[in-house]
Amino acid sequence: MNITKSLNGKKLEIALEGRLDTLTAPELEAELGKTMKDADSLVFDFTKLDYISSAGLRVLLAAHKTMMKKDGMKVTHVNDIVKEVFEVTGFSDILTIE
Amino acid sequence: MKELTLEARTENIAFVTAFIDAELEQLDCPMKQQMQIDVAADELFANIAHYAYTPETGNAVVQFDYDPLSAMVSITFIDHGIPFNPLDNAEPDVTLAAENRKIGGLGIFIVKKTMDDIHYWRVDGQNHLCVRKRIRN
Repeated sequence: MNITKSLNGKKLEIALEGRLDTLTAPELEAELGKTMKDADSLVFDFTKLDYISSAGLRVLLAAHKTMMKKDGMKVTHVNDIVKEVFEVTGFSDILTIE
Repeated sequence: MKELTLEARTENIAFVTAFIDAELEQLDCPMKQQMQIDVAADELFANIAHYAYTPETGNAVVQFDYDPLSAMVSITFIDHGIPFNPLDNAEPDVTLAAENRKIGGLGIFIVKKTMDDIHYWRVDGQNHLCVRKRIRN
């Protein structure tokens, strides 16, 4: 998985490419641990994300909880496979998905 | 039937999905079904890696089978770790708000929702978990 991040002022944008699964979720978690404290808002770009498993959901939920106390978190450009995982797990009701 | 045996460590998950992807590509499996099966494989292999042998380690066997008549792919995960039926776990409450969410059981829940059926059995000191998915109508 590739992680591309950009921080503009307090706005953090993270684009993921590949698979957010058991193996790669810890990489994202570590990256967020480093950069989230400098950000007030977080936007994920999932244009190139193939799929997400529960390990990835766990990281997204933790990030969502952190950003809820600030200006929030948004997930954008979600494909059908990722969307289905969000829907069956109820994550589509928790996260802001555009 | 094709079979892969490897050490049940999370680092090896990429080998499991590569093995399954190679088989599915030969079957011209549609991308959506392939990704759903990969997610299921990730969840089930991660379960074995995390729980079956802890704190030791051990092997897992992944068996891939395809029935052309029903277009059903079946993948069976076998380990000889502690008896563990993930289907026994209570389903997570997927209606809870974020701050009240517990994440346990979410993986197997995704598997149940995206695969056509899932079976667990224990025989000869081994856990067997089989998922089946129809890859085309």
